[in-house]
Amino acid sequence: MTMRVLAQSRGFSLWPESASTSAEDVDLVYLALLGLTLFFVVLIGAMALGFGVKYRAGAKSFRDHPIRKTLPIELTWIVAPLVMTLVIFVWGASVFVDLGTPPADARSIYVVGKQWMWKVQHPGGRQEINELHVPTAESIKLVLTSQDVIHSFYVPAFRIKRDALPNQYTSLWFRATRPGVYHLFCAEYCGTDHARMRGSVVVMTPTDYQQWLAEEVTERRSDGATRGRDEEKESGPDSATSRRIDVSTSPSAFVEFGCAACHQSNTTDAGPNLAGLFGRTVRLADGRVVVADEEFLRRSILEPNHAIPSGYGNSSSMPTYAGQINDDQMAELVEFIKSLETNGEGATQPDWPATTP
Amino acid sequence: MTTLDTLTVAAPSYLASRWSLRSWLLTLDHKRIAILYLVSITGFFFIGGAAAVLMRLELATPESDVVQSAVYNRLFTIHGTVMVWFFLIPSIPAVLGNFLVPLMIGARDLAFPRLNLLSWYLFMAGGVLAIGSIVAGGVDTGWTFYTPFSTTYANSAVIPMVAGIFISGFSSILTGMNFVVTVHTMRAPGMTWFRLPLFIWAMYATSLIFVLATPVLAITLALIGIERIWGVGVFDPALGGDPLLFQHLFWFYSHPAVYIMVLPAMGIVSELIPCFARNPIFGYRFIAYSSLAIAILGFLVWGHHMFVAGQSLYASMVFSILSFLVAIPSGVKVFNWIVTLRNGTIQYKTPMLYALGFIGLFTVGGLTGLYLASLAVDLHVHDTYFVIAHFHYIMVGGAVMAYLGGIHFWWPKMTGRMYPEAWGVFSAVLLFFGFNLTFFPQFLLGYLGMVRRVAEYPPEFQVLNVLSSAGASILGVAYLVPLVYLTASLIRLPSAERNPWKATGLEWETSSPPTEFNFVQAPVVTSPPYAYPPLGAIAEPPATGVQEASSG
Repeated sequence: MTMRVLAQSRGFSLWPESASTSAEDVDLVYLALLGLTLFFVVLIGAMALGFGVKYRAGAKSFRDHPIRKTLPIELTWIVAPLVMTLVIFVWGASVFVDLGTPPADARSIYVVGKQWMWKVQHPGGRQEINELHVPTAESIKLVLTSQDVIHSFYVPAFRIKRDALPNQYTSLWFRATRPGVYHLFCAEYCGTDHARMRGSVVVMTPTDYQQWLAEEVTERRSDGATRGRDEEKESGPDSATSRRIDVSTSPSAFVEFGCAACHQSNTTDAGPNLAGLFGRTVRLADGRVVVADEEFLRRSILEPNHAIPSGYGNSSSMPTYAGQINDDQMAELVEFIKSLETNGEGATQPDWPATTP
Repeated sequence: MTTLDTLTVAAPSYLASRWSLRSWLLTLDHKRIAILYLVSITGFFFIGGAAAVLMRLELATPESDVVQSAVYNRLFTIHGTVMVWFFLIPSIPAVLGNFLVPLMIGARDLAFPRLNLLSWYLFMAGGVLAIGSIVAGGVDTGWTFYTPFSTTYANSAVIPMVAGIFISGFSSILTGMNFVVTVHTMRAPGMTWFRLPLFIWAMYATSLIFVLATPVLAITLALIGIERIWGVGVFDPALGGDPLLFQHLFWFYSHPAVYIMVLPAMGIVSELIPCFARNPIFGYRFIAYSSLAIAILGFLVWGHHMFVAGQSLYASMVFSILSFLVAIPSGVKVFNWIVTLRNGTIQYKTPMLYALGFIGLFTVGGLTGLYLASLAVDLHVHDTYFVIAHFHYIMVGGAVMAYLGGIHFWWPKMTGRMYPEAWGVFSAVLLFFGFNLTFFPQFLLGYLGMVRRVAEYPPEFQVLNVLSSAGASILGVAYLVPLVYLTASLIRLPSAERNPWKATGLEWETSSPPTEFNFVQAPVVTSPPYAYPPLGAIAEPPATGVQEASSG
């Protein structure tokens, strides 16, 4: 299991490993702050030490040179630190914006946190527990949620973390640079075994990654029943049925919940066509303008009334699927909707009203 | 002055006026209530400290061997809740504030003496409930009570703990209100706002936070109880609630609460530095206004606890820049203190060592706050030991150092006894080294990626953890030494003079310890504060409070 990988001991070190593009960006801001810290610590320390020695009781120093104009001095130590901190703010914020904006071509992987494990679902249905295999040189977007309390997905070698919240999707993205096995921690305290909610991120070269994917497929096909991987044992009932989503055909959840009855017909009176919806900016009946991201799709399935497209009345005719749909099925549906191209699947026109043509 | 001394000898001190237990438990004297707080928070401090000792013992090895996770989780909850709500928040305001606010402004007591006594009883009632929850099996939520864990999933005594903190919150509110009203209405004749000691400015700013922020904590904790007991969906999404709402409400109180802990500490340092440098404070008005600026800005930065929690990008940017800004008034104070040393005649007595230690540790604590305010770096260090190290530099390196400095400085005034100077210097130096050895390695651990609130960690983090645990054992000794010699001083050491430090301030113009009604005659203030004699003469400063017969 995971501990096997973590048992490979790492040496004592004062600087964390870095294995992603984000790590380099964050480290630079950190180093700048370190420089700022040293500057002020040395400045204040030198002043304290200098005055402290020169003006100690008993020292025969000349003491009668008072400062007559205090305002310029006060302004100096207000304005100079202000400018320095504002520069650091802008820098940190711009890196944060980059790290919060996944590239459009990022590969989406769904991660569910629960007490006390991480469950990973790859596109194509591949599942892992407390391990995440990713290739280098490809942008990976993790879509996070939780089945119970708040967890936080944290990979120190990538310098990123993001909370996984119940009943909500959040996301983070990274681009791994160096193959290796890296720590995965839960950073948000989540109960008794929070400390053991650890895993590893396995970064592979693209070639190895393809090989790894293929191996797994061969393994599954040859002997699906006797795969004795440790992860499967501790993964609980959900992963016992390791499901493969094949988004090119109708996924089971899409059929099971009867989504196509309203969403894949060419009629316009039932529900909006879903083709090409993902990633678009859409206008809602109440005038709001939102981006249809993963969280928007998830919430629309659970709470259809939270966002009604303009032109579909003021309340939704769609029933809520809250309580009927599990995290795996949700990930499957969201991925399927994302995969629907505007002109594929016999869809005619996207009838979600766009804000820009 | 001679007449004053003869007069004070005639009237017994507040300690000696009555001896019965009843005269303590039903006292309305702000000075006796301060002593009640001093004894009770010292007890809480050592309870919280014992939990920390066990935690550091457990963290000496990567496995959970001394205690299991379930116990460890209860230990850090005890440590956090007791230290924050039953030691740090009441520490300086309720002990030194209670004792000194009326004395420093030349008043006989606080504006509402009965409310003052009530606030101690509320505090104790809350404390007993909180300790009761530990006896009843402990609480495993951490001091932050994040939902939905605390409301739905935690299987421990959350309700009594939350109720205890809820009740003790009213003690904070009453104390804050009492101080605000007292400073506004009971200043002695001539004690204008800009003649107030900076400790009073700091207590005033702190009191505003007490009054404005604590009710939000009370509401938040009540909502936890309502959701946990009756299943009313407020925070748990399974019940239709929003877990992030909890974090907004909680940090709306708990970030300003950090300034409740550190503003009074800054107030103490502003008293100690000029006294032991024998120099008027540099930039009085800037220090005074920076306390208010910190109190106000402190209300607007709570979202920096939620950068990775799913808060909107724009909200995060606003909270980030405001968090950078709140560092500026703190920096103003540090620079003004340092320049106060210039031209001085510096005596390195125990309180001064604590004050200088405060400046060093607070500077590091404040600057590392910028890392957490920076969005990009917070992405990495949020919820790691970097955060633990940062806030211990502020709360222990800052607040506790200043508290101990203040206790030593005003010990002669409070008890009428001197403390042993050599032991004082020894424990102050020991505390400084023990503190740094405990918490500096935690900055490194945090950047390496060690997350907080874990009883187990990967083996490569062990070296730094062992260093930290070694430091903690030194720190523990450095806390016990003052407990012993200060207690011993009550029976063994010589009586203190009226003004052993030759300090300015009205509290030094009455006897040590003061009489029940503080001043024999109502003081009238005729000069600005910190009027230390020029060129560093170590002599009695001119009295600021001229004793005059007054009808009052």
